[in-house]
Amino acid sequence: MRYIDEYRDPDLVQMLTQTIRRLVSRPWTIMEVCGGQTHTIVRHDLESLLPEGVRLLHGPGCPVCVTPLERLDQAMAIARRPEVIFCSFGDMLRVPGSQTDLLGVRTAGGDVRVVYSPLDAVHIARDHPDREVVFFAVGFETTAPVTALAAMQARRLGLRNFSLLVSHVLVLPALEALLTDPNCQVQGFLAAGHVCTVVGFAQYEEFCQRHQVPIVVTGFEPVDLLEGIWMLLRQLEEGRCQVENQYARSVHRDGNGHAIAAMAEVYETCDQTWRGLGILPSSGLRLRDRYRDLDAACRFAVEQIAVSEPAECQSGAVLRGQLRPVDCPAFGSRCTPEHPLGAPMVSSEGACAAYFRYARRPTAQESN
Amino acid sequence: MNPTCPIPITPQSQVQLAHGEGGRLMRQLIRQEVLARFPSSELGRLGDAAVLAVEEGELAFSTDGYVVSPLFFPGGDIGKLAVHGTVNDLAMLGAVPLYLSLGLIIEEGLSLDTLRRVLQSVADAASACGVQVVTGDTKVVPRRSADGLFLHTSGIGRIRPGINLDARHCRPGDAILVNGTIGDHGMAVLAAREGLAEGLQSDTAPLHDLVQQLLNQVAHIRFLRDATRGGVSAVLHELAEAAGVCVRIEETAVPIHPAVRGACELLGLDPLHVANEGKLIAVVAAQDAALALEVMRQHPLGRQAARIGEVLQGTPGEVQVRGAIGRLRVLDEPAGAPLPRIC
Repeated sequence: MRYIDEYRDPDLVQMLTQTIRRLVSRPWTIMEVCGGQTHTIVRHDLESLLPEGVRLLHGPGCPVCVTPLERLDQAMAIARRPEVIFCSFGDMLRVPGSQTDLLGVRTAGGDVRVVYSPLDAVHIARDHPDREVVFFAVGFETTAPVTALAAMQARRLGLRNFSLLVSHVLVLPALEALLTDPNCQVQGFLAAGHVCTVVGFAQYEEFCQRHQVPIVVTGFEPVDLLEGIWMLLRQLEEGRCQVENQYARSVHRDGNGHAIAAMAEVYETCDQTWRGLGILPSSGLRLRDRYRDLDAACRFAVEQIAVSEPAECQSGAVLRGQLRPVDCPAFGSRCTPEHPLGAPMVSSEGACAAYFRYARRPTAQESN
Repeated sequence: MNPTCPIPITPQSQVQLAHGEGGRLMRQLIRQEVLARFPSSELGRLGDAAVLAVEEGELAFSTDGYVVSPLFFPGGDIGKLAVHGTVNDLAMLGAVPLYLSLGLIIEEGLSLDTLRRVLQSVADAASACGVQVVTGDTKVVPRRSADGLFLHTSGIGRIRPGINLDARHCRPGDAILVNGTIGDHGMAVLAAREGLAEGLQSDTAPLHDLVQQLLNQVAHIRFLRDATRGGVSAVLHELAEAAGVCVRIEETAVPIHPAVRGACELLGLDPLHVANEGKLIAVVAAQDAALALEVMRQHPLGRQAARIGEVLQGTPGEVQVRGAIGRLRVLDEPAGAPLPRIC
């Protein structure tokens, strides 16, 4: 299959691995930002192909994982209401709030539905004028343009029964926060290819210069990641500090103008709480005044709900790349995908889930 | 003199609660819609139970409920599923399927036309499989107590003497085969339900004939299992656990239709976890693997059969996958239904 098989080609992987081994002269610590990249790395055991001393830290780019607990509890409070049809992306359904998750709300009688696009939720609202339809707008710059389009379409259709519970977050402010942490060991970033497909990487250039940290915009397949790692290590070895684009088949410097315009029409930046990371300045999106009537938190008066994280879950340290999931005392024992303490164990992009699914290495020896 | 009812029962286009309450409407429904479609004389007697002659040897007996939304999807419908599912459960033990029961749980308001189409589909599928529907039951439940129509079938089949398929017969070195592309049914139903993609077709099919061909021509078939809910992954885990062995598959050897692969990539689903309705996993002795593959490929339901892995000595219960770039990993067992990812 085109665009997949050539990026999983064992010969290319072998060649890149050897090129990286020849290049590296000392230890380096780099971070892949996106949870999708983390999954590829762990699934294909890419870290074992790297020279000793090259360390990969897993970044905060899992939209499900960073959605704050209080937002989840607000979502569940809304979803329990009998007049509400609560629509969400699939992988939010198993994320634990302080009491239960959205699947639990559905079992208890709430009308919780998985949709594949926020625009589907707009259609549900149009088809059920007697119900309140709420879409849980989570995610980075990858999903924000589509939820913005949903808001614009609801407005155009004159729907009064549609609203958004918004919990969008932005990548760069999170990286900013990581680098200002005195414990930060990150020497270079593999930036998230899909986020940059939307927003481009012009703003990354200023960030890269200000922090003197090299960045390579990178895709999601094994060959993409190894090539991105090679490009980043080459910058580090050569003492350069630039934004380079490995994922050129998808990413342009200026991004997708239509998507950026839709986001700007509907959203403005705001300070935002990140699960595990706390409040980060200008790191989230909220509805602009002219779309404020679509704000579900306001419509259903759930803004006062506030809760704190369970003490045992160390997802904050995992999201900052300071704790490997397998080093968490609860990993695999008191925290599993069936009974998660925190979001990184449930999300398909969560680092803990990636380790739980893929990182158990086989015990049987090769027979050949 | 030609007496007529002063309040004639007008033809209805929808199933009513009264259709399930034992009176005239119910008898009418059963005669017109059910008996007319199923030729069995046992069913036609409308007795409390069917009377079946017992032959020597062993019988296989299996039961399954069928709930699917939508009722009709590309490549099949709930009626076909209800026949093929139970036929396949019998076939995996090496049984020749003979008789089926058919239970209907109908939601009040279901269109009679839909019911007719499903019953016709059951009848056609049963006839194509050479099985008779010999007993049945009809219930109608109030609106919102069911999702349109649920079916239930039980089946009886005869196992020839000398056939004994069991996971515990698997040995290190045995080969693991599949009779074609995986994930077709699950992705076709998902796509039909959510309006996601075109070009996906359910693989629902009866596998008893393919199984008989295998048993007739291949000496050492150890174990067969149809890979329905939970997909190939669930079967491999059951096999590894029941046999107390380790199994390993090669990801790139597993046949997957390009449309299914594309849809799975987009949604973040693993085809190994997606449901099938016409696929079986066969474990055969290594020396018989090539022959078994050949027999499968000669059959219309095995054209794309492939050898995907082997049974190993190793940690009992462990399922390994060698991924596209050659690294081994442990295949996880999904916690519940796979949920599509955000982005």
